[in-house]
Amino acid sequence: MRSAAAIALVLAALLPLPWLVHSDFWINLAIMALYYGFLGQAWNLLGGYGGQFSFGHAAFFGTGAYSSAVLQISLGVNPWLSLALAGAAGALTGALIGALSFRYGLRGSYFALVTLAFAEVFRILANSVGFTGAGVGLLIPLKESAANFQFPSKAGFYLVILALNGLGLLSAWWIENSRFGARLLAVRENEEAAQALGVDAFRTKLAAITLSGALTALGGTFYAQYFLYIDPAIAYGPGVSVEALLVPIIGGLGTLFGPLLGSAALQLVNQLAEMAMGDAPGLNLVLYGAILVLMIMFMPNGLFGLARLSSRRLVGRTA
Amino acid sequence: MLALEGVSRSFGGLLAVAEVSFTLAQGSIVALVGPNGAGKTTLFNLITGFLVPDRGRILFEGRDITGMPPERIAALGLVRTFQIVQPFARLTVRENIAVGAHLGLASRREALAFADEIAERVGIARQLDQPAGTLTVAARKRLELARALATAPRLLLLDEVMAGLNPRELDEIAAVIRGIRAGGITLLLIEHVMRAVMSLSERVLVLNDGALIAEGRPAEIAADPRVITAYLGAGAAERMLKERARA
Amino acid sequence: MIELDILLPAILNGIMTGAVYALVALGLTLIYGVLHIINFAHGSLLMLALYGVYFLYTLLGIDPYLAFPIAVPAMFALGYGLQRYVIGRTSHGKDENILLVTLGLSLIIENLALYLWSADTRTISTPYGFATVDLGVAVIAVPRLVAFLGALLVTALLWLVIHRTDLGKAIRALAQERQGARLVGINVEHVFAMSFGIGVASLGAAACLLLPSYYANPGIGRSFVLIAFTIVVLGGMGSFAGALLGGLIIGVTESLGGLFLGESLGQLGIFLIFIAILLFRPTGLFGVPRMGRP
Repeated sequence: MRSAAAIALVLAALLPLPWLVHSDFWINLAIMALYYGFLGQAWNLLGGYGGQFSFGHAAFFGTGAYSSAVLQISLGVNPWLSLALAGAAGALTGALIGALSFRYGLRGSYFALVTLAFAEVFRILANSVGFTGAGVGLLIPLKESAANFQFPSKAGFYLVILALNGLGLLSAWWIENSRFGARLLAVRENEEAAQALGVDAFRTKLAAITLSGALTALGGTFYAQYFLYIDPAIAYGPGVSVEALLVPIIGGLGTLFGPLLGSAALQLVNQLAEMAMGDAPGLNLVLYGAILVLMIMFMPNGLFGLARLSSRRLVGRTA
Repeated sequence: MLALEGVSRSFGGLLAVAEVSFTLAQGSIVALVGPNGAGKTTLFNLITGFLVPDRGRILFEGRDITGMPPERIAALGLVRTFQIVQPFARLTVRENIAVGAHLGLASRREALAFADEIAERVGIARQLDQPAGTLTVAARKRLELARALATAPRLLLLDEVMAGLNPRELDEIAAVIRGIRAGGITLLLIEHVMRAVMSLSERVLVLNDGALIAEGRPAEIAADPRVITAYLGAGAAERMLKERARA
Repeated sequence: MIELDILLPAILNGIMTGAVYALVALGLTLIYGVLHIINFAHGSLLMLALYGVYFLYTLLGIDPYLAFPIAVPAMFALGYGLQRYVIGRTSHGKDENILLVTLGLSLIIENLALYLWSADTRTISTPYGFATVDLGVAVIAVPRLVAFLGALLVTALLWLVIHRTDLGKAIRALAQERQGARLVGINVEHVFAMSFGIGVASLGAAACLLLPSYYANPGIGRSFVLIAFTIVVLGGMGSFAGALLGGLIIGVTESLGGLFLGESLGQLGIFLIFIAILLFRPTGLFGVPRMGRP
């Protein structure tokens, strides 16, 4: 179980960071890297392992963010409980979108389009409906305490996002070492051939999108708690959808550590860009777009994918 | 074990399979032959749930499986291979076979171990760690076979598993197939390679233009004028029969 | 019961807008029909064209309706170059890759526009900008009427190119049978790039027609992209008639939707239609049914 050991090692190595590094800037950077890495891990479950490219993961993200925010603000539910409920909401959304899309056999570009459309529908609804604060958005009242999922020091948030990463890594590990995962990969490679071997492609894909939706929703909740403000553009906008897919593509689709690696690389690029060109609006997305194009052009298997064959020997067989 | 009753299927105006009926006894090994475009693969698709018949019924071990989705039929023990091989390209040979093994085995470790065994039986053990996409055509055909075998089927439908193989590979595959049959699995093969058809099968079904035009033992079929006509045309058939009568 | 004199103008306006939507969608359907590419960058390319026409007017005083000879060839060249040297080089044969590349391109174009020209909405005021024409049943703004007629004209021209020229024949051949086309000596990469170029050139035309009655800002690409996709999917991927009819239907839907539900929810209606078509009738009204799915 070499990959399980690798996961434990990575998590253990990252754990003490807040106590080793004292600069708020670097801790925040680490949190952001882990946060995007987590979103990427969630997307990777469906996109990398499942081969179904969603362009609308914001639908799950925003649902998570809004669910937990509304539960806290309007119903006074404890934020940690809201986190769990938000995850459930994400799962439900995933199941819904997945059931519709996969039931009607949408794949490839059509699937990407429909997820994009769903995300937009959610955005428009959030923008028009009262209880989400409409266009103005929602502010989560400041009340710092660990029990309230608002930590006075960044260390608390760091540990939470690290734990979420652990969850993401575990999910990916499970896919690489279970019957469900084997079936998911088979569906990704060749859906008909998989069916001929007894794999229920619909159920398999549905499970993948449900899991992916649940995790993405948790990411949305984390965002809401960390920044304490969300609005339809942030929660359901294309930015999140793009970030979620960019990170695994850079790092390596369908790999355990690809999303994390991709996120770290992206943060690095971001910082360098900011140093070189200042904090201009839109510039970092230009960069993302350029990186996306260049990655697909020259490294479609991502950073990790390149090392994949040798990493197989490092990590051992996926057994 | 398998019974088809008046199965028909059209595409637009073309009747691809016309009122096909036959039965398959358990433990037998039967070949399905016919000229290109006769409807053999379409028939496989109908039997295994990839296509739904317009008319007729298909019964497997007494159960009506007409219109069932492919994965359910496979789960019942009726498994097929594809004429144009469909490997899970980015997965290793072992992982490919394991997908089939998982039909009956929930444990990852057991499935992978079983995959090793099957690979040994079929003769691709050397390539177990290779990505399926890098295999030669012959190896891919064996992988196709191995995957299906790993599901522990009771009825195996092989679609041109011998196409494109050289004589030595043919003999090897034939041996594997005999071994499969010896293990108690019923086999229905679509084949063009006549050597194989003649030596392997006990019974031959001949399809032409979607209809079953002859069935019987290999030697009978080879001499059947309707079959010869179907393959070579009426003129050639006449000539052949005249020559035989003279001999 | 809504008054006819509110309903009718709304429908007419919808038809006017719809024709321009159709022109935008036509480029998209051509690109899909020939290259089987779902061009996510289509909307941002339109946005680029709009800015181009805007600057031609504000910096060089060239009236949008007279900017055709500049805008159309410029957009054509851009489209040709993108397909030949970027998109065509990156696909490695996989659909998903093309999807991601066009997505990446749209990100680059949109945010470059944001960076260079800020998020301010740009409009122009032309001497005929507020002129209207009384059609008896309704009063229509002149720019919209011109846009409508212009769109029909350009559509007819496009049809002529595709169906009456040698290039068009090559394009249609390629759309039907890639390998075969290569075998008869058609330079596939070139014709692909020509098709993409024509698809993008139509955006140049659309921009000239749109700007007098519309506006430019970096974000409109996104709304156009989904509307264009809805039209193409509604009308059937690869179908000219479908794109035209679809455009009109969507134009009217948007207009009536805005009338009854207000602007933002009106847009919702379009996306719901989009999802519904994708799910229940992905071949659209005129599309050729394919055995598998893309």
